[in-house]
Amino acid sequence: MSRQILDLVEKSSIKPEQPIFSIGDTVDVHCRILEGDKERIQIFTGVVIARSGSGSREMFVVRRIVQGEGVERKFPVNSPRIAKIDVKRSGVVKRAKLYYLRDRSGKGVRLRERRVETK
Amino acid sequence: MATGLLGRKVGMTQIYDQTGQAVPVTVIQAGPCHVLQIKTEARDGYEAVQLGYLDKPRRLASRSARGQVAKLDSKRQKRRAAAGVEAGPKPDCEPQRFIREFRVKPEGLQVGQQVKVDIFAEVKAVDVVGITKGRGFTGVMKRHNFAGQRASHGVKKVHRHAGSIGRNTDPGRVDKGTRMAGHYGNERCTIRNIKVARVDVENNLLLVHGAVPGPNGGYVIIRGTNKL
Repeated sequence: MSRQILDLVEKSSIKPEQPIFSIGDTVDVHCRILEGDKERIQIFTGVVIARSGSGSREMFVVRRIVQGEGVERKFPVNSPRIAKIDVKRSGVVKRAKLYYLRDRSGKGVRLRERRVETK
Repeated sequence: MATGLLGRKVGMTQIYDQTGQAVPVTVIQAGPCHVLQIKTEARDGYEAVQLGYLDKPRRLASRSARGQVAKLDSKRQKRRAAAGVEAGPKPDCEPQRFIREFRVKPEGLQVGQQVKVDIFAEVKAVDVVGITKGRGFTGVMKRHNFAGQRASHGVKKVHRHAGSIGRNTDPGRVDKGTRMAGHYGNERCTIRNIKVARVDVENNLLLVHGAVPGPNGGYVIIRGTNKL
């Protein structure tokens, strides 16, 4: 009973159109950034290495390499501050959490691309 | 100030506010509550409104609980009626599980009327009263946030103990009120001035910022705050 009520409450905080992306995808995360009254969109590009949580609390981690240094950002999937999530490329992965990418550098970071068949 | 309301803690979750900020909220199923009785200065010596929350099956309710919400056909009532004692009005609802009084002026409330969350629609902050989770007999570290003792440097077997509990010959006793191990939790606790995040009249839900005492499913009392 209580779970249903919580789901009802969370429903209002969940985006009506859930962004579709999966682990191993290279994505562009468009974040809204408020500077005074002005709103600006900043794009964070990287590989989705983890998703966690459920409902309105779902989060995902994007990893990218900036100037040879690994940078990870964790975003809420349903945050209104995330304008859009664009999938640029899908990688072939065999696990749900790609933490092993943290230990790799250079060419080892690359993931094999998953080709989606289109008719 | 609004009367107040009775409810049940549903659980915690997270919502996004207008600015897109994620806010931790506690969901409370608040009301609808029946007005069971209105206490007046003349009759009872003080003014209060008695509210009841959640119907209880009649077979589980005691006779007195049934008599509280509806007129029973009893010898005593007949005797009192014959003696000219006027019985107060009855709400004519099911027996209630959770009944509490609010020391406020009735302000147009009638016995039998329902009070809903919409009374908090314009309210910014409320006080929430609950019974904290019982933790049983606990040590001083958990109960009073004592620091305990060191893991090494000669400390043996007393790593989670308190230190000294007083002085020597003078006064030769332990001060009253010295914090020690003992029963912790399962006591009434009021969290004052909790911000109201959202009021959902349709589903009788009240969302407040942050935590509320008690387990999920525990009964809570919600009232307007005087701390602003």
